[in-house]
Amino acid sequence: MTAPLVRFEAVTKRFGAETAVDDVTLEIAEGEFFALLGPSGCGKTTLMRLLAGFETPDAGRIRLAGEDVTDMPPHRRPAHMMFQAYALFPHLTVAQNVAFGLKAQGRPKREIAVRVEEMLALVRLEGLGGRKPDELSGGQKQRVALARALAPAPRILLLDEPMAALDRKLREETQFELKRLQAALGLTFLIVTHDRDEAMVVGDRLAVMRDGRIVQVGTPAELYERPAGRFVAGFLGEVNLIGEIGVRPERMRLSRAEPAAANRLAGTVTEVGYLGDRTIYGVETTAGAMRVAQPTGGGERAQVGEAVWLSYPADAAMRLGR
Amino acid sequence: MKRPPLSVLLPYLWLAVFFALPFVLVAKLSLSHAALAVPPYAPKLDLSHGLAGVADFLRGLDFATYRRLTQDRLYLVAYLSSLGFAGLSTAILLAIGYPMAYGIARCGPRLRPALVMAVILPFWTSFLIRIYAWIAILKPAGLLNLALAALHLPAVTLLDTNAGVVLGLVYAYLPFMVLPLYAVLEKQDESLIEAAQDLGLTPRQAFWRVTFPLSWPGVAAGSLLCFIPMVGEFVVPDLMGGSKTLMLGRTVWTEFFADRDWPAASAVAIVMLVTLVAPIVLAQRRRMALMP
Repeated sequence: MTAPLVRFEAVTKRFGAETAVDDVTLEIAEGEFFALLGPSGCGKTTLMRLLAGFETPDAGRIRLAGEDVTDMPPHRRPAHMMFQAYALFPHLTVAQNVAFGLKAQGRPKREIAVRVEEMLALVRLEGLGGRKPDELSGGQKQRVALARALAPAPRILLLDEPMAALDRKLREETQFELKRLQAALGLTFLIVTHDRDEAMVVGDRLAVMRDGRIVQVGTPAELYERPAGRFVAGFLGEVNLIGEIGVRPERMRLSRAEPAAANRLAGTVTEVGYLGDRTIYGVETTAGAMRVAQPTGGGERAQVGEAVWLSYPADAAMRLGR
Repeated sequence: MKRPPLSVLLPYLWLAVFFALPFVLVAKLSLSHAALAVPPYAPKLDLSHGLAGVADFLRGLDFATYRRLTQDRLYLVAYLSSLGFAGLSTAILLAIGYPMAYGIARCGPRLRPALVMAVILPFWTSFLIRIYAWIAILKPAGLLNLALAALHLPAVTLLDTNAGVVLGLVYAYLPFMVLPLYAVLEKQDESLIEAAQDLGLTPRQAFWRVTFPLSWPGVAAGSLLCFIPMVGEFVVPDLMGGSKTLMLGRTVWTEFFADRDWPAASAVAIVMLVTLVAPIVLAQRRRMALMP
């Protein structure tokens, strides 16, 4: 097996009395789309900034592309970042922004011009090279930021909440576009986000962080279906707690007649929410309040106040602990 | 058309009464001749003769004083010397003021207001008193030389020299350089510097390629705010300069009070205003064009 592209080795970073990153060890493989997911203040942004070189760890080492970069200044690291608010240079044109990293590398003028055109075509901004950043829409700015970070051919692209400034529809399109781009380029991407959908859509693997520590690392399906605990289970989706067991709302079945399944609960419907593709039911049971998602065209329907049964297959039960 | 509200008209009224009207009066003075009279110039507008009086008055005005200014090299030398003093002082102010403003802007948000306050604090004391304080420091047996003597160092002569004038100008105008620069630098997005470094620039290169170009409006504003009034500065060269220090403010004062040549004093003032108004207007236009 090849060595990982990035390796955090027992990295700790403190800001005053607060520990932002607490003894994190993490590997990111070459060519992977890796997502750092967690609530705000969990240390995911600090972890990325440590890799970019904007922060220096208090303990531990960071290796990038076979080199120990722990004490290397940001301008010498082969990692480029796409900033949350894009950080486009307002005094430069789109083309000059994209050329910025290439000029810093001292590439010849003609090569820069060719590469800039190539990058603008890649992000579908052909012909906009002469514009200033304030003449662009939010989505266009984002693509300029992407082109600028990709132009000098980094070993890893760092994306800091890249979709935060986009509206919902554009965000979904961009997620798939980023994934396509990453696959086409074969480049390693590291994304920081607090949006679980975003992390699951783009990420080959995710690391869920909490209070400066990594709680669990795995593929989206592993984390969603076999979460390591209540925090991961709850952060990646809704979960019904029955003692030490967790069951996702879409794995529960609602019926009027008592089901044959061993795992069943009796209850009363308290809420009904129709979402088109599914209907969400709130059910008060002997084990507490549950949520059930019934797909449209499958399963029974019920009204508020009706007495119903809930059941779930054995493999839907996730052992979460206390 | 809607009538503009009073709040819009007031500044224009202010400008008309306190700038345009005095300007017209001074311009008129510059076109008249010195005379042994009270006030000491001719012709005078005599409205008791009606329109004929106005016509007589206008016939009496000419550009003789301006011609006189071009013939006496003293005025040109004083003008160039003033530009030199102002230019040198502006350069020094930028060299001192920029790092100061940059330092304040990079300080924590809790310390910043205190530091800005420290820049403004000297304004709470009269300008004249502060210049006299400098005299007390710089005079031959002043604080500076006492301190140097205590350290067994040779005494320095700064008071009544051109160097003393530059020192005084730099001291007096420093807040006017620091504040506009601070205003621009403080608003600058720090992630731009990080982006520049992320893309391969050293911190020093990032400063010259990103921070400095983006602070250009502040550099221009601070420089103009200092350069223009310094050209006409009177108090500093008069109190801290030597007898050989030539600056326009002093020339105007001498013409006006010592020689009682009001037209010459006015003409010098008008030339200064016109040659300085041009750069202001140009700079304003440039700034407007740069606005998004």
